[in-house]
Amino acid sequence: MTRVSQSTPPLLSVEHLTHLYAPGKGFSDVSFQIYPGEVLGIVGESGSGKTTLLKSISARLPPQTGRILYSPGAAAPQDLYALAESDRRRLLRTEWGVVHQYPMDGLRPRVSAGGNIGERLMAMGQRHYGDIRREAGRWLEDVEIPLARIDDFPTTFSGGMQQRLQIARNLVTHPRMVFMDEPTGGLDVSVQARLLDLLRHLVVEMELAAVIVTHDLGVARLLAHRLLVMKQGVVVESGLTDRVLDDPHHPYTQLLVSSILS
Amino acid sequence: MQNHQSNTQLRVEHLSKTFVLHNQNGTRLPVLRDANLTVDGGECVVLHGHSGSGKSTLLRSLYANYLPDEGHIWVRHQANWLDMVQAPAREILAIRRHTVGWVSQFLRVIPRIGALDLVMQPLLELGVDRDQCRARAEALLVRLNVPARLWPLAPSTFSGGEQQRVNIARGFIVDYPVLLLDEPTASLDDRNSMAVVGLIEQAKQRGAAIVGIFHDEGVRRRVADRLHDMQPPQAVETC
Repeated sequence: MTRVSQSTPPLLSVEHLTHLYAPGKGFSDVSFQIYPGEVLGIVGESGSGKTTLLKSISARLPPQTGRILYSPGAAAPQDLYALAESDRRRLLRTEWGVVHQYPMDGLRPRVSAGGNIGERLMAMGQRHYGDIRREAGRWLEDVEIPLARIDDFPTTFSGGMQQRLQIARNLVTHPRMVFMDEPTGGLDVSVQARLLDLLRHLVVEMELAAVIVTHDLGVARLLAHRLLVMKQGVVVESGLTDRVLDDPHHPYTQLLVSSILS
Repeated sequence: MQNHQSNTQLRVEHLSKTFVLHNQNGTRLPVLRDANLTVDGGECVVLHGHSGSGKSTLLRSLYANYLPDEGHIWVRHQANWLDMVQAPAREILAIRRHTVGWVSQFLRVIPRIGALDLVMQPLLELGVDRDQCRARAEALLVRLNVPARLWPLAPSTFSGGEQQRVNIARGFIVDYPVLLLDEPTASLDDRNSMAVVGLIEQAKQRGAAIVGIFHDEGVRRRVADRLHDMQPPQAVETC
Protein backbone atom coordinates (compact mmCIF):
# COMPACT_ATOMS: atom_id res chain seq x y z
CA MET A 1 0.00 0.00 0.00
CA THR A 2 1.17 3.51 -0.79
CA ARG A 3 0.95 6.49 1.49
CA VAL A 4 0.95 10.18 0.94
CA SER A 5 4.22 11.39 2.36
CA GLN A 6 3.63 13.82 5.16
CA SER A 7 6.88 15.66 4.81
CA THR A 8 5.96 18.70 6.94
CA PRO A 9 7.33 18.11 10.42
CA PRO A 10 5.07 18.69 13.41
CA LEU A 11 5.29 22.08 15.09
CA LEU A 12 4.89 20.64 18.55
CA SER A 13 5.38 17.08 19.77
CA VAL A 14 4.19 16.07 23.20
CA GLU A 15 5.66 12.79 24.39
CA HIS A 16 4.40 10.83 27.39
CA LEU A 17 3.81 13.95 29.44
CA THR A 18 2.87 13.57 33.09
CA HIS A 19 2.26 15.99 35.92
CA LEU A 20 0.24 14.75 38.87
CA TYR A 21 -0.44 16.86 41.96
CA ALA A 22 -2.13 13.91 43.57
CA PRO A 23 -3.41 10.59 42.20
CA GLY A 24 -5.93 11.45 39.47
CA LYS A 25 -5.16 15.21 39.79
CA GLY A 26 -3.26 16.63 36.83
CA PHE A 27 -2.55 14.56 33.75
CA SER A 28 -0.76 11.37 32.94
CA ASP A 29 1.06 9.93 29.91
CA VAL A 30 -0.30 12.34 27.30
CA SER A 31 1.15 12.22 23.77
CA PHE A 32 0.14 14.08 20.62
CA GLN A 33 1.51 16.19 17.78
CA ILE A 34 0.36 19.45 16.24
CA TYR A 35 1.07 20.55 12.68
CA PRO A 36 1.03 24.08 11.25
CA GLY A 37 -2.51 25.29 10.63
CA GLU A 38 -4.04 22.61 12.82
CA VAL A 39 -6.46 23.21 15.67
CA LEU A 40 -6.57 20.66 18.47
CA GLY A 41 -9.44 20.73 20.94
CA ILE A 42 -9.12 19.31 24.45
CA VAL A 43 -12.49 18.50 25.98
CA GLY A 44 -13.58 16.98 29.28
CA GLU A 45 -15.32 17.99 32.49
CA SER A 46 -13.78 20.38 35.00
CA GLY A 47 -11.13 18.65 37.04
CA SER A 48 -10.14 16.38 34.16
CA GLY A 49 -6.71 18.01 33.95
CA LYS A 50 -7.16 19.87 30.69
CA THR A 51 -6.15 23.30 31.99
CA THR A 52 -3.11 21.84 33.77
CA LEU A 53 -2.11 20.09 30.55
CA LEU A 54 -2.50 23.34 28.61
CA LYS A 55 -0.24 25.11 31.14
CA SER A 56 2.40 22.47 30.78
CA ILE A 57 2.49 22.38 26.98
CA SER A 58 2.61 26.19 26.86
CA ALA A 59 5.83 26.37 28.89
CA ARG A 60 4.25 27.44 32.15
CA LEU A 61 4.43 24.22 34.20
CA PRO A 62 7.31 21.74 33.91
CA PRO A 63 6.15 18.14 33.53
CA GLN A 64 7.31 15.49 36.00
CA THR A 65 8.10 13.10 33.18
CA GLY A 66 7.96 13.19 29.39
CA ARG A 67 9.00 15.98 27.09
CA ILE A 68 7.74 18.56 24.61
CA LEU A 69 9.58 19.21 21.37
CA TYR A 70 9.19 22.52 19.56
CA SER A 71 11.11 24.05 16.67
CA PRO A 72 11.66 27.76 17.39
CA GLY A 73 11.90 29.76 14.18
CA ALA A 74 13.41 27.46 11.60
CA ALA A 75 15.61 25.67 14.13
CA ALA A 76 15.64 21.93 14.75
CA PRO A 77 13.18 20.56 17.34
CA GLN A 78 14.23 21.36 20.89
CA ASP A 79 13.14 20.11 24.27
CA LEU A 80 11.03 22.96 25.60
CA TYR A 81 11.98 22.59 29.24
CA ALA A 82 15.65 22.16 28.37
CA LEU A 83 15.65 25.71 26.98
CA ALA A 84 16.87 28.52 29.19
CA GLU A 85 14.10 30.22 31.15
CA SER A 86 14.71 33.45 29.20
CA ASP A 87 14.29 31.64 25.87
CA ARG A 88 11.01 30.13 27.02
CA ARG A 89 9.79 33.57 28.08
CA ARG A 90 10.75 35.03 24.74
CA LEU A 91 8.85 32.27 22.98
CA LEU A 92 5.71 33.17 24.95
CA ARG A 93 6.07 36.83 23.99
CA THR A 94 6.71 36.25 20.29
CA GLU A 95 6.02 32.96 18.48
CA TRP A 96 3.39 31.81 20.95
CA GLY A 97 0.23 33.27 22.36
CA VAL A 98 -1.74 32.35 25.46
CA VAL A 99 -5.39 33.33 25.73
CA HIS A 100 -6.60 33.02 29.31
CA GLN A 101 -10.13 32.14 30.31
CA TYR A 102 -10.42 35.35 32.36
CA PRO A 103 -9.27 38.11 30.01
CA MET A 104 -7.85 40.31 32.77
CA ASP A 105 -5.37 37.49 33.56
CA GLY A 106 -3.86 38.17 30.16
CA LEU A 107 -4.17 41.96 30.01
CA ARG A 108 -2.51 44.84 31.85
CA PRO A 109 -5.24 46.78 33.67
CA ARG A 110 -3.34 50.10 33.93
CA VAL A 111 -2.24 50.17 30.30
CA SER A 112 -4.46 51.43 27.46
CA ALA A 113 -6.02 49.02 24.96
CA GLY A 114 -3.56 50.21 22.32
CA GLY A 115 -0.69 49.77 24.78
CA ASN A 116 -1.79 46.24 25.60
CA ILE A 117 -1.49 45.33 21.93
CA GLY A 118 1.64 47.40 21.30
CA GLU A 119 3.54 45.83 24.18
CA ARG A 120 4.07 42.58 22.30
CA LEU A 121 5.29 44.45 19.23
CA MET A 122 7.83 46.26 21.39
CA ALA A 123 8.93 42.91 22.82
CA MET A 124 9.65 41.92 19.22
CA GLY A 125 11.92 44.95 18.89
CA GLN A 126 9.64 47.52 17.24
CA ARG A 127 10.38 51.03 18.47
CA HIS A 128 8.52 53.39 16.14
CA TYR A 129 5.59 54.77 18.15
CA GLY A 130 3.50 55.74 15.11
CA ASP A 131 3.86 52.28 13.52
CA ILE A 132 3.00 50.50 16.73
CA ARG A 133 -0.08 52.66 17.28
CA ARG A 134 -1.22 52.15 13.69
CA GLU A 135 -0.78 48.37 13.95
CA ALA A 136 -2.61 48.33 17.30
CA GLY A 137 -5.46 50.31 15.74
CA ARG A 138 -5.70 47.92 12.84
CA TRP A 139 -5.96 44.99 15.23
CA LEU A 140 -8.64 46.68 17.32
CA GLU A 141 -10.72 46.97 14.18
CA ASP A 142 -9.99 43.36 13.22
CA VAL A 143 -11.43 42.21 16.53
CA GLU A 144 -14.33 44.64 16.16
CA ILE A 145 -13.42 47.07 18.92
CA PRO A 146 -14.08 50.72 17.95
CA LEU A 147 -10.86 52.58 17.21
CA ALA A 148 -12.11 55.38 19.48
CA ARG A 149 -11.45 53.10 22.47
CA ILE A 150 -7.71 52.79 21.76
CA ASP A 151 -6.70 54.99 24.70
CA ASP A 152 -9.15 53.48 27.20
CA PHE A 153 -8.13 51.04 29.91
CA PRO A 154 -9.34 47.47 29.39
CA THR A 155 -11.01 47.61 32.81
CA THR A 156 -13.61 49.90 31.22
CA PHE A 157 -14.44 47.24 28.56
CA SER A 158 -17.19 44.62 28.64
CA GLY A 159 -16.17 40.97 29.11
CA GLY A 160 -16.57 40.21 25.42
CA MET A 161 -14.47 43.22 24.42
CA GLN A 162 -11.77 42.29 26.93
CA GLN A 163 -11.62 38.80 25.49
CA ARG A 164 -11.29 40.18 21.96
CA LEU A 165 -8.61 42.59 23.13
CA GLN A 166 -6.71 39.70 24.69
CA ILE A 167 -6.89 37.83 21.39
CA ALA A 168 -5.63 40.88 19.48
CA ARG A 169 -2.77 41.27 21.94
CA ASN A 170 -1.76 37.68 21.32
CA LEU A 171 -2.11 37.64 17.56
CA VAL A 172 -0.46 40.96 16.74
CA THR A 173 2.97 39.32 16.57
CA HIS A 174 1.67 36.68 14.14
CA PRO A 175 2.40 33.76 16.44
CA ARG A 176 2.76 30.26 15.08
CA MET A 177 0.98 28.66 18.03
CA VAL A 178 -1.79 29.85 20.28
CA PHE A 179 -3.01 28.20 23.47
CA MET A 180 -6.53 29.05 24.56
CA ASP A 181 -8.29 28.15 27.78
CA GLU A 182 -12.09 28.33 27.46
CA PRO A 183 -11.87 31.37 25.16
CA THR A 184 -15.65 31.78 25.08
CA GLY A 185 -16.36 30.79 28.69
CA GLY A 186 -18.30 33.35 30.65
CA LEU A 187 -19.51 35.24 27.59
CA ASP A 188 -23.06 35.79 26.38
CA VAL A 189 -24.11 33.41 23.64
CA SER A 190 -24.42 36.28 21.13
CA VAL A 191 -20.91 37.47 21.92
CA GLN A 192 -19.62 33.89 21.77
CA ALA A 193 -20.78 33.45 18.18
CA ARG A 194 -19.00 36.63 17.19
CA LEU A 195 -15.80 35.56 18.89
CA LEU A 196 -15.95 32.06 17.43
CA ASP A 197 -16.41 33.44 13.95
CA LEU A 198 -13.44 35.73 14.53
CA LEU A 199 -11.24 32.91 15.81
CA ARG A 200 -12.17 30.59 12.96
CA HIS A 201 -11.37 33.32 10.48
CA LEU A 202 -7.99 34.14 12.06
CA VAL A 203 -6.96 30.51 12.31
CA VAL A 204 -7.62 29.95 8.59
CA GLU A 205 -6.16 33.25 7.46
CA MET A 206 -2.96 33.15 9.53
CA GLU A 207 -2.41 29.38 9.31
CA LEU A 208 -2.23 29.34 13.08
CA ALA A 209 -1.79 26.17 15.02
CA ALA A 210 -3.91 26.25 18.14
CA VAL A 211 -4.77 24.21 21.19
CA ILE A 212 -8.16 25.05 22.61
CA VAL A 213 -9.35 23.78 25.96
CA THR A 214 -13.12 23.84 26.26
CA HIS A 215 -15.96 22.01 27.92
CA ASP A 216 -18.31 23.21 25.19
CA LEU A 217 -18.59 20.55 22.49
CA GLY A 218 -20.24 23.04 20.11
CA VAL A 219 -17.15 25.25 20.30
CA ALA A 220 -14.95 22.21 19.78
CA ARG A 221 -16.92 21.12 16.73
CA LEU A 222 -16.73 24.52 15.15
CA LEU A 223 -13.05 25.21 15.73
CA ALA A 224 -11.10 21.99 16.20
CA HIS A 225 -9.85 19.61 13.54
CA ARG A 226 -9.00 16.96 16.10
CA LEU A 227 -10.08 16.29 19.67
CA LEU A 228 -8.59 14.82 22.79
CA VAL A 229 -11.15 13.70 25.34
CA MET A 230 -9.82 13.77 28.90
CA LYS A 231 -11.11 12.16 32.02
CA GLN A 232 -9.34 12.15 35.38
CA GLY A 233 -6.05 13.19 33.85
CA VAL A 234 -6.00 10.60 31.10
CA VAL A 235 -6.78 10.93 27.39
CA VAL A 236 -9.56 8.39 26.93
CA GLU A 237 -10.29 9.04 23.26
CA SER A 238 -8.87 11.08 20.40
CA GLY A 239 -9.37 11.57 16.70
CA LEU A 240 -11.09 13.60 14.02
CA THR A 241 -13.54 15.98 15.71
CA ASP A 242 -16.72 14.89 13.95
CA ARG A 243 -15.79 11.21 14.30
CA VAL A 244 -15.28 11.55 18.07
CA LEU A 245 -18.55 13.45 18.52
CA ASP A 246 -20.73 11.44 16.10
CA ASP A 247 -19.29 7.97 16.77
CA PRO A 248 -17.88 8.12 20.29
CA HIS A 249 -16.30 4.85 21.42
CA HIS A 250 -15.27 5.38 25.03
CA PRO A 251 -18.02 5.21 27.69
CA TYR A 252 -17.07 8.65 28.98
CA THR A 253 -17.20 10.25 25.51
CA GLN A 254 -20.58 8.63 24.92
CA LEU A 255 -21.81 10.10 28.17
CA LEU A 256 -20.41 13.54 27.31
CA VAL A 257 -22.00 13.55 23.86
CA SER A 258 -25.35 12.22 25.03
CA SER A 259 -25.52 14.89 27.72
CA ILE A 260 -25.76 17.77 25.25
CA LEU A 261 -29.13 19.41 24.94
CA SER A 262 -30.13 19.56 21.33
CA MET B 1 -4.63 -3.88 -2.83
CA GLN B 2 -4.37 -5.79 -6.06
CA ASN B 3 -6.60 -5.95 -9.12
CA HIS B 4 -7.83 -2.40 -9.02
CA GLN B 5 -9.62 -1.63 -12.26
CA SER B 6 -8.19 1.48 -13.80
CA ASN B 7 -11.36 3.44 -13.22
CA THR B 8 -12.22 2.26 -9.72
CA GLN B 9 -12.34 5.17 -7.28
CA LEU B 10 -13.59 3.51 -4.14
CA ARG B 11 -13.36 -0.01 -2.79
CA VAL B 12 -14.85 -1.27 0.46
CA GLU B 13 -13.46 -4.54 1.77
CA HIS B 14 -14.87 -6.70 4.58
CA LEU B 15 -16.24 -3.79 6.56
CA SER B 16 -17.78 -4.52 9.96
CA LYS B 17 -19.16 -2.21 12.57
CA THR B 18 -20.92 -2.82 15.86
CA PHE B 19 -22.08 0.04 18.04
CA VAL B 20 -21.52 -0.56 21.73
CA LEU B 21 -23.71 1.59 23.96
CA HIS B 22 -21.69 1.62 27.15
CA ASN B 23 -24.18 3.68 29.09
CA GLN B 24 -27.12 1.51 28.12
CA ASN B 25 -26.08 -1.77 29.68
CA GLY B 26 -23.40 -2.30 27.10
CA THR B 27 -25.98 -3.00 24.40
CA ARG B 28 -24.30 -4.13 21.20
CA LEU B 29 -25.82 -3.17 17.87
CA PRO B 30 -24.16 -4.98 14.98
CA VAL B 31 -24.86 -2.83 11.92
CA LEU B 32 -22.38 -3.89 9.27
CA ARG B 33 -20.91 -7.34 8.80
CA ASP B 34 -18.44 -8.03 6.03
CA ALA B 35 -19.71 -5.29 3.75
CA ASN B 36 -18.04 -5.07 0.33
CA LEU B 37 -18.53 -2.53 -2.43
CA THR B 38 -16.64 -1.25 -5.44
CA VAL B 39 -17.53 1.99 -7.19
CA ASP B 40 -16.13 3.14 -10.53
CA GLY B 41 -15.83 6.65 -11.80
CA GLY B 42 -18.95 7.78 -13.65
CA GLU B 43 -21.36 5.48 -11.86
CA CYS B 44 -23.91 6.09 -9.15
CA VAL B 45 -24.50 3.27 -6.68
CA VAL B 46 -27.58 3.60 -4.51
CA LEU B 47 -27.57 1.85 -1.13
CA HIS B 48 -30.77 -0.07 -0.84
CA GLY B 49 -32.39 -1.71 2.15
CA HIS B 50 -34.82 -1.28 4.99
CA SER B 51 -34.44 1.22 7.77
CA GLY B 52 -31.78 -0.21 10.08
CA SER B 53 -29.97 -2.11 7.35
CA GLY B 54 -26.85 0.02 7.80
CA LYS B 55 -27.08 2.32 4.76
CA SER B 56 -26.35 5.42 6.74
CA THR B 57 -23.60 3.75 8.78
CA LEU B 58 -21.86 2.60 5.61
CA LEU B 59 -22.15 6.02 4.00
CA ARG B 60 -20.82 7.78 7.10
CA SER B 61 -17.96 5.30 7.32
CA LEU B 62 -17.02 6.19 3.74
CA TYR B 63 -16.52 9.76 4.96
CA ALA B 64 -14.65 8.59 8.09
CA ASN B 65 -17.39 10.17 10.16
CA TYR B 66 -17.92 6.70 11.67
CA LEU B 67 -15.04 4.39 12.47
CA PRO B 68 -15.58 0.75 11.46
CA ASP B 69 -14.19 -2.02 13.67
CA GLU B 70 -12.75 -4.05 10.84
CA GLY B 71 -12.11 -3.87 7.13
CA HIS B 72 -10.84 -1.27 4.71
CA ILE B 73 -12.19 1.63 2.70
CA TRP B 74 -9.77 2.31 -0.11
CA VAL B 75 -10.06 5.69 -1.78
CA ARG B 76 -8.05 6.84 -4.75
CA HIS B 77 -6.67 10.14 -3.46
CA GLN B 78 -4.59 11.97 -6.05
CA ALA B 79 -2.10 9.29 -7.17
CA ASN B 80 -2.42 7.08 -4.09
CA TRP B 81 -4.76 4.57 -2.54
CA LEU B 82 -5.54 5.47 1.07
CA ASP B 83 -7.54 3.55 3.64
CA MET B 84 -10.13 5.79 5.32
CA VAL B 85 -10.27 3.33 8.24
CA GLN B 86 -6.58 3.57 9.05
CA ALA B 87 -5.58 7.02 7.82
CA PRO B 88 -4.61 9.58 10.48
CA ALA B 89 -6.90 12.59 10.97
CA ARG B 90 -4.69 14.92 8.91
CA GLU B 91 -4.84 12.67 5.88
CA ILE B 92 -8.59 12.28 6.18
CA LEU B 93 -8.99 16.05 6.23
CA ALA B 94 -6.89 16.26 3.07
CA ILE B 95 -8.99 13.53 1.43
CA ARG B 96 -12.15 15.43 2.37
CA ARG B 97 -10.77 18.67 0.95
CA HIS B 98 -9.76 17.21 -2.40
CA THR B 99 -11.31 13.86 -3.08
CA VAL B 100 -14.43 12.88 -1.16
CA GLY B 101 -17.39 15.25 -0.91
CA TRP B 102 -20.40 14.90 1.35
CA VAL B 103 -23.90 16.22 0.73
CA SER B 104 -26.30 15.72 3.60
CA GLN B 105 -29.72 16.93 4.57
CA PHE B 106 -28.47 19.04 7.40
CA LEU B 107 -26.72 22.32 7.17
CA ARG B 108 -24.33 22.96 10.01
CA VAL B 109 -24.77 26.68 10.33
CA ILE B 110 -21.66 28.66 11.12
CA PRO B 111 -22.58 31.78 13.07
CA ARG B 112 -22.57 34.97 11.03
CA ILE B 113 -21.37 33.46 7.75
CA GLY B 114 -23.56 34.33 4.77
CA ALA B 115 -24.99 31.68 2.44
CA LEU B 116 -22.81 32.64 -0.53
CA ASP B 117 -19.61 32.54 1.55
CA LEU B 118 -20.66 29.22 3.03
CA VAL B 119 -21.10 27.75 -0.45
CA MET B 120 -17.80 29.18 -1.71
CA GLN B 121 -15.73 28.03 1.24
CA PRO B 122 -14.74 24.49 0.16
CA LEU B 123 -13.51 25.76 -3.22
CA LEU B 124 -11.70 28.73 -1.66
CA GLU B 125 -9.85 26.32 0.62
CA LEU B 126 -8.41 24.63 -2.46
CA GLY B 127 -6.79 27.94 -3.35
CA VAL B 128 -9.11 28.78 -6.25
CA ASP B 129 -9.42 32.45 -7.17
CA ARG B 130 -12.14 34.24 -5.20
CA ASP B 131 -14.02 35.62 -8.22
CA GLN B 132 -14.13 32.19 -9.79
CA CYS B 133 -15.45 30.68 -6.54
CA ARG B 134 -18.13 33.35 -6.33
CA ALA B 135 -19.24 32.87 -9.92
CA ARG B 136 -19.55 29.16 -9.40
CA ALA B 137 -21.39 29.51 -6.10
CA GLU B 138 -23.85 31.97 -7.62
CA ALA B 139 -24.54 29.67 -10.56
CA LEU B 140 -25.28 26.78 -8.19
CA LEU B 141 -27.56 28.87 -5.98
CA VAL B 142 -29.47 30.05 -9.06
CA ARG B 143 -29.82 26.48 -10.26
CA LEU B 144 -31.14 25.42 -6.88
CA ASN B 145 -33.62 28.32 -6.80
CA VAL B 146 -32.18 30.08 -3.76
CA PRO B 147 -33.29 33.71 -4.18
CA ALA B 148 -30.43 36.18 -4.60
CA ARG B 149 -31.69 38.37 -1.77
CA LEU B 150 -30.79 35.52 0.64
CA TRP B 151 -27.20 35.09 -0.54
CA PRO B 152 -25.56 37.58 1.80
CA LEU B 153 -27.56 36.40 4.83
CA ALA B 154 -26.52 33.77 7.37
CA PRO B 155 -28.77 30.75 6.75
CA SER B 156 -29.76 30.25 10.40
CA THR B 157 -33.03 32.04 9.68
CA PHE B 158 -33.75 30.26 6.37
CA SER B 159 -36.49 27.68 5.94
CA GLY B 160 -35.53 24.01 6.11
CA GLY B 161 -35.68 23.59 2.35
CA GLU B 162 -33.59 26.73 1.73
CA GLN B 163 -30.92 25.57 4.18
CA GLN B 164 -30.86 22.19 2.51
CA ARG B 165 -30.37 23.71 -0.94
CA VAL B 166 -27.57 25.94 0.34
CA ASN B 167 -25.90 22.82 1.68
CA ILE B 168 -26.35 20.97 -1.61
CA ALA B 169 -24.75 23.88 -3.46
CA ARG B 170 -21.86 23.68 -0.99
CA GLY B 171 -21.52 19.96 -1.62
CA PHE B 172 -21.36 20.36 -5.39
CA ILE B 173 -19.04 23.36 -5.61
CA VAL B 174 -15.90 21.24 -5.77
CA ASP B 175 -15.63 18.60 -8.51
CA TYR B 176 -14.83 15.82 -6.06
CA PRO B 177 -13.82 12.50 -7.66
CA VAL B 178 -16.02 10.75 -5.07
CA LEU B 179 -19.40 12.08 -3.91
CA LEU B 180 -21.43 10.75 -0.99
CA LEU B 181 -25.10 11.76 -1.03
CA ASP B 182 -27.21 11.32 2.08
CA GLU B 183 -30.80 11.78 0.88
CA PRO B 184 -30.11 15.08 -0.81
CA THR B 185 -33.62 15.33 -2.22
CA ALA B 186 -35.58 14.49 0.93
CA SER B 187 -38.26 17.13 1.57
CA LEU B 188 -37.50 19.04 -1.64
CA ASP B 189 -40.31 19.82 -4.07
CA ASP B 190 -40.26 18.35 -7.59
CA ARG B 191 -38.62 21.32 -9.23
CA ASN B 192 -35.73 21.35 -6.76
CA SER B 193 -35.45 17.56 -6.76
CA MET B 194 -34.98 17.69 -10.50
CA ALA B 195 -32.33 20.40 -10.12
CA VAL B 196 -30.42 18.06 -7.79
CA VAL B 197 -30.86 15.16 -10.20
CA GLY B 198 -29.38 17.39 -12.90
CA LEU B 199 -26.33 18.08 -10.71
CA ILE B 200 -25.88 14.37 -10.01
CA GLU B 201 -26.08 13.50 -13.71
CA GLN B 202 -23.57 16.19 -14.48
CA ALA B 203 -21.20 14.84 -11.80
CA LYS B 204 -21.49 11.36 -13.31
CA GLN B 205 -20.67 12.71 -16.74
CA ARG B 206 -17.48 14.30 -15.49
CA GLY B 207 -16.52 10.91 -14.03
CA ALA B 208 -17.39 11.16 -10.35
CA ALA B 209 -17.95 7.94 -8.41
CA ILE B 210 -21.18 8.45 -6.46
CA VAL B 211 -22.66 6.56 -3.55
CA GLY B 212 -26.02 7.68 -2.25
CA ILE B 213 -29.09 7.01 -0.20
CA PHE B 214 -32.38 8.04 -1.83
CA HIS B 215 -35.77 7.21 -0.46
CA ASP B 216 -37.65 8.79 -3.32
CA GLU B 217 -38.35 6.02 -5.84
CA GLY B 218 -38.52 8.37 -8.83
CA VAL B 219 -35.20 10.04 -8.07
CA ARG B 220 -33.58 6.68 -7.39
CA ARG B 221 -34.67 5.38 -10.78
CA ARG B 222 -33.31 8.45 -12.51
CA VAL B 223 -29.84 8.47 -10.97
CA ALA B 224 -28.99 4.89 -9.98
CA ASP B 225 -26.78 2.80 -12.24
CA ARG B 226 -27.20 -0.05 -9.79
CA LEU B 227 -28.64 -0.77 -6.38
CA HIS B 228 -26.45 -2.16 -3.64
CA ASP B 229 -28.62 -4.38 -1.44
CA MET B 230 -27.97 -4.20 2.26
CA GLN B 231 -29.02 -6.76 4.85
CA PRO B 232 -28.93 -6.09 8.56
CA PRO B 233 -26.74 -8.51 10.55
CA GLN B 234 -28.46 -10.64 13.16
CA ALA B 235 -30.42 -9.22 16.06
CA VAL B 236 -29.32 -7.13 19.00
CA GLU B 237 -27.11 -8.83 21.53
CA THR B 238 -26.91 -7.72 25.13
CA CYS B 239 -24.07 -8.66 27.40
